[in-house]
Amino acid sequence: MEAYLDNSATTQCSKRACELMVELLTQDYGNPSSLHMKGVEAERYIKEAKTKIAKTLKVTENEIVFTSGGTESNNLAILGSAMANKRAGMHLITTSIEHPSVGNPMAYLEEQGFTVTYLPVDKDGILSLDALREVVTEETILVSLMHVNNEIGAIEPIEEAIKIIKEKNPKTLIHVDAIQSYGKLRIYPKRMGIDLLSVSGHKIHGPKGSGFLYIREKTKIKPILFGGGQQKGVRSGTENVPAIAGLGEAAAEIHENFEENVEHLYRLKEVFAEGVGNLEGVAINGRSGRDSAPHIVSVSFAGVRSEVLLHDLEERGIYVSAGSACSSNTKKKVSATLENMGLKKEIAESTVRFSFSVHTSMEEINYVLSELPGILELRRKYTRH
Amino acid sequence: MFGYLYQEWKGTIMYQSFLIKYGEIGVKGKNRFIFENMLVSQIGHALKPVDGEFEVRKEQGRIYVEAASEYDYEETVEALKRVFGIVGFCPVIQVMDEGFDKLAEDVIHYLDNAYPDKHFTFKVNARRARKNYPMDSMEINAALGEKILEAFPETSVDVHEPQIVVSVEIRSQINIYSEEIPGPGGMPVGSNGKGMLLLSGGIDSPVAGYLIAKRGVSLEATYFHAPPYTSERAKQKVVDLAKIVARYSGPIKLNVVNFTDIQLYIYEQCPHEELTIIMRRYMMKIAEHFAEESKCLGLITGESIGQVASQTMQSLAATNAVCNMPVYRPLIGFDKQEIVEVSEKIGTYETSIQPFEDCCTIFVAKHPVTKPNLKVIMRSEENLSEKIDELVKEAIETVEVIQVEA
Repeated sequence: MEAYLDNSATTQCSKRACELMVELLTQDYGNPSSLHMKGVEAERYIKEAKTKIAKTLKVTENEIVFTSGGTESNNLAILGSAMANKRAGMHLITTSIEHPSVGNPMAYLEEQGFTVTYLPVDKDGILSLDALREVVTEETILVSLMHVNNEIGAIEPIEEAIKIIKEKNPKTLIHVDAIQSYGKLRIYPKRMGIDLLSVSGHKIHGPKGSGFLYIREKTKIKPILFGGGQQKGVRSGTENVPAIAGLGEAAAEIHENFEENVEHLYRLKEVFAEGVGNLEGVAINGRSGRDSAPHIVSVSFAGVRSEVLLHDLEERGIYVSAGSACSSNTKKKVSATLENMGLKKEIAESTVRFSFSVHTSMEEINYVLSELPGILELRRKYTRH
Repeated sequence: MFGYLYQEWKGTIMYQSFLIKYGEIGVKGKNRFIFENMLVSQIGHALKPVDGEFEVRKEQGRIYVEAASEYDYEETVEALKRVFGIVGFCPVIQVMDEGFDKLAEDVIHYLDNAYPDKHFTFKVNARRARKNYPMDSMEINAALGEKILEAFPETSVDVHEPQIVVSVEIRSQINIYSEEIPGPGGMPVGSNGKGMLLLSGGIDSPVAGYLIAKRGVSLEATYFHAPPYTSERAKQKVVDLAKIVARYSGPIKLNVVNFTDIQLYIYEQCPHEELTIIMRRYMMKIAEHFAEESKCLGLITGESIGQVASQTMQSLAATNAVCNMPVYRPLIGFDKQEIVEVSEKIGTYETSIQPFEDCCTIFVAKHPVTKPNLKVIMRSEENLSEKIDELVKEAIETVEVIQVEA
């Protein structure tokens, strides 16, 4: 049996998206900037994708900019808005558990003279609203928050956070990294007060190399790629029409039967969490049940190295992620999220992430639960003296 | 029909052939032709992946690589630089014999292109292989020297220590060359039997394999992996390393042995500080089994005295004691830095330092024995008597064989 439980790393591309992409790669392959029919046709596909996506967020089509994926969306949001607004202030805020595609642009901006405040998180990976209240100032031009943490599935209190920020400085821009939450939680940027929102295609059964950034109308942003001025100059480069169309289709698809799909994920998670919870020497990280994302469960298995467990599971056709890369004694590579949650190094090194998708079945969950006890018993027999 | 057999392209010279120089194998008496044939076949092998077609010829005690089509010069040079047995090689241009004046013109033209800066000393070294040529070697030397001095007054002749030796060989056509590119030396692979390399993913063992292959030994390799403690990527890394070594040694048959059960059994039954030594003894035994099977004449390891606990003189003796075959340890007197230098030179370093093998560290004792006593080790191994033969047999039977080519 095979159980792919690494859907937070990437998902299988949906059939509908694939079929559409093949058509676009082989038949309607025009360049949307071309003046002839082929170009007009291609442009129409982009428009359609925008319409589909805009509908899921209840925003307007001209607020969607297509990118090459989550990393570019986050980079464009952070670097682009910081550069465009630096006259209003040089202060940025983010959390200490962001994905590197947020953390590293922030570090780069620090080198360029900006000041960045990294908010602490509690033991469940939830950002501190009290700390946030303390640090927003007149100078704060951007706050970048992740909606769902990719390693433990914590849902960040972004609505409360935005209220606090807007009270202290209504001009501060809000960026939300929704790469792990889009398609799993309802997100309405207008209602929630979000100015910039990053989404990646391949986390929602779309193609790799696709993504978008929602940019609220009239938000000042500068491009990070310069060229032919496509997408109103915000993102130059010939649009990747097949990927854009595939992304649009996948976005629409994941929002059909939305409640039902989310319910399915939560049921999987409940059964899995209960089964794992019954094993000895096991701890589930972060908040449980419906207080965290429906598709991610982070588990620490005391006395078993995550990478070894990962390979054990792999041998049985079960694919997961190691919460923290196994490393030699000299090189420390513990994940920042787990470290900032206060997990001990040994625990962090024993942490595995299981992540589900709508295609994950209850049989797969039960299969994993039936395999785990044997593996744990075997590996715990051989531990470092 | 054609005045020039070579063309010029964007001012660079198109060489039609390479003269291969080989030192050591030239002095091997009656075996000489065997070695030469090996070298010819190794050159042919090395040139296979190169863009272009070549003919490798032996002619009057010399080996020529002749281009039979357009070819990529840089790739060819890189490939020849990796063939053991080649001391140096000269890119050659070939012209038709259309009289001495035309020859002089061609030589001057060649020098003009090959050496933009004419401030050099030279001598002409003519060789008349075709005896019906109207001038003898001495006459050609003198006459050509004069013509070159005339054409390039900045140059001067120095017959004792010239900076450039302009070689002119009169055959059915005429070969002109002056530059010699150094080769790796050594002896052609296959001329000295076959050895079994114990290949890990580290820095040392690929270098050890390279150095032994350089002496004409063809290679087979054995790698021990321990899933799930070592990953598929760690195995891929070893295959990648074998691929790089194979650029020099020719194809390598890689035996991938699943060592997990043996390792765990030793871990269970023997004192922890002795784990590494006992493990290595079993690795040697298994490698020797494959070595015998494929008629290897020795084992090859990357050990160097004192580098780690398992490579002290005592440890090496304990490991060595299980082998009947000789164990070749070409790095035995190398410092780490010296090994790194070779590994950078041959191109294995970047691959070797990828950090995939870390999970094995869970088996490493904090204080492994550095001065193992063979008797003590053997007494510990008695604890393994119940299952070890069966496990070794199973490891041998389930070996995965990968044919690695450059």
